[in-house]
Amino acid sequence: MFALDPLLIGDFSLGDLLFVIVKVLIAFVAGLVSTMLMVWFERKVIAGMQNRVGPNKAGPWGILQTLADGIKLFFKEDLIPERSDRFVFKLAPYMAFVPAFMIWCVIPLGGDFRTGHNGVIKIAGKASLAQVSDPPVGILLVLMLSAIAVYGIMLAGWSSGSKYPLLGSVRASAQMVSYEAALGLSLSAVLLVAGTLSTNGIVNAQSDVSRWHIVATGFVPFVIFVIAATAEMNRPPFDLVEAEQELVGGFNTEYSSIRFALFFLAEFMNTVTMSAIIVTLFLGGPQPIAIGKHVLDIPLIPNGIEGFIWFFLKLLIFLYMFVWFRATLPRLRYDQLMDLGWKVLIPLALGWFMLLAALRVARDEGWNRVLVGGVGFAVLAACFMLLNAAHRVSAKNRAEEGAMF
Amino acid sequence: MGYLGGFLITAAQHGRRNKVTTEYSGGRGKAKGNVAHDVKIAKPERLHGRHVLNRYEDGMEKCIGCELCAAVCPAKCIHVRGRDNDPENPTSPGERFGWIYEINYLRCIHCDLCVEACPTEAITESKLFEFSFTSRADAVYTKAELLVDDNGMPQKMPWEDWRDGDDLLTSGWMRATAPSGDASFEGVVGWSGELGHGVRTSEPAQPERDGAATAGTRAVGRGNH
Repeated sequence: MFALDPLLIGDFSLGDLLFVIVKVLIAFVAGLVSTMLMVWFERKVIAGMQNRVGPNKAGPWGILQTLADGIKLFFKEDLIPERSDRFVFKLAPYMAFVPAFMIWCVIPLGGDFRTGHNGVIKIAGKASLAQVSDPPVGILLVLMLSAIAVYGIMLAGWSSGSKYPLLGSVRASAQMVSYEAALGLSLSAVLLVAGTLSTNGIVNAQSDVSRWHIVATGFVPFVIFVIAATAEMNRPPFDLVEAEQELVGGFNTEYSSIRFALFFLAEFMNTVTMSAIIVTLFLGGPQPIAIGKHVLDIPLIPNGIEGFIWFFLKLLIFLYMFVWFRATLPRLRYDQLMDLGWKVLIPLALGWFMLLAALRVARDEGWNRVLVGGVGFAVLAACFMLLNAAHRVSAKNRAEEGAMF
Repeated sequence: MGYLGGFLITAAQHGRRNKVTTEYSGGRGKAKGNVAHDVKIAKPERLHGRHVLNRYEDGMEKCIGCELCAAVCPAKCIHVRGRDNDPENPTSPGERFGWIYEINYLRCIHCDLCVEACPTEAITESKLFEFSFTSRADAVYTKAELLVDDNGMPQKMPWEDWRDGDDLLTSGWMRATAPSGDASFEGVVGWSGELGHGVRTSEPAQPERDGAATAGTRAVGRGNH
């Protein structure tokens, strides 16, 4: 299942090294530019939804607004609070920023995924994958990096030596740790179906719309993943970390100048990378839309380039979706957030994972899959009714004790 | 639709021409054929800008040095000291006049409370708000700079970006419809004359203004000079 990047097979010449360096540079620049455009896109779309105009001064349609903001932030005074832990305070923005970029490295941004090509494209006589690296543990790396990003936010709040950032970071760590579980469980459903951890392999397994994991895993893991990802990124409606009304600016209250810019950049970078991961995991990444033998082919464009276009179009759907969430949904209360995470998403993701696993075993053993699926559903429903009853009883008991929630 | 109804509401806003945003007053307007591209769009009539100290039609200063403006200022940016008039050569009609009058524009928030507090309409605000000084000394405007000149026009400092009409309607709030919101005062002139302008007429009544706005002429930038 796992195929090594053909560039790295055999002799590794200086030309290959240069090729890799150029690839890294392109990915880095693409990441930065996409983040910049994402900020503009979000501001413009959300302005449209709120009957405003949005940025319209810097460049055509205000497209350079982020650049202008970035330059402004670079030249602002960099303040470090007197009571802060200086080393950790300086370290924290990078802890948030670097993982956001490193996730970008394992995502297949394009490539030719027709049968037998395995995502390999040829540029200047060299065959390579359209991603910076394709480690065998790709998705685990993504999970690991998003877990490290929690430290950036946690340490930022803790080292600021100020109460609101601390409260924000305590919220952040609790929220991100609990939603990481739902994220991982819905992810494992995909891994179960794909049978590989490598991102290239996952995309390769989704050659047909019926094999896209959004369909193959039965839609539920997709919904759970999107909700958990929104919480993981601290985007509205789960942005309790920086709830302005309660916590000033949240964990980044004490940050200014370039350090704040790094947090800001990391946040929007995360939006882009998370959308890219959703596309990779559930919508076939750079795969074209193919149903059976009918492939929706973009005419006049070589297959190597087409992958980038499909990936971008799919990415755009999710970027829009996250902005749409932000414009529509009011922020959750903290106990609602925890209830949703622990009482709904994690049990559901776990149950669905077991159901898929049962169907897998049924397929391998040659059992009646309809029967196994039906029994699985029944058990799942029974478990949920039990869980629901348990919640109600405990809620009643707490109400009698006079507890708030 | 329950939970999902909200999504339709937000999505339906796209492409609608019901934007509530108005253009930034200091922004560059569409300057077709203008080489300098330095045309700015009209400012609202009652914009709170840089202050002016007014004079009566005979050239006497209106300020009596009562310090009510300094007392009411929430930013504490006004410094006033009054002094007795010289009976032979008075600066203002009456007993006292504003001897020192300073406004620190590093602190001023242009709330216009000083204008409302002034019993003699001595201090009002012009529509100038783009004056980027480069030193703290320039930031503190003294009486010599705030007082209107012999034609009743605000003095223009080199660093100030004055545009047509910024210096004309310096007392917009006074020409407003009714004191204390009492409709029976609509159109009643309750203020003294100014050097160079005479007694200013009142602003049009609310229905006329609304009518003019719906008839196509923007209320912004329109005024009776």
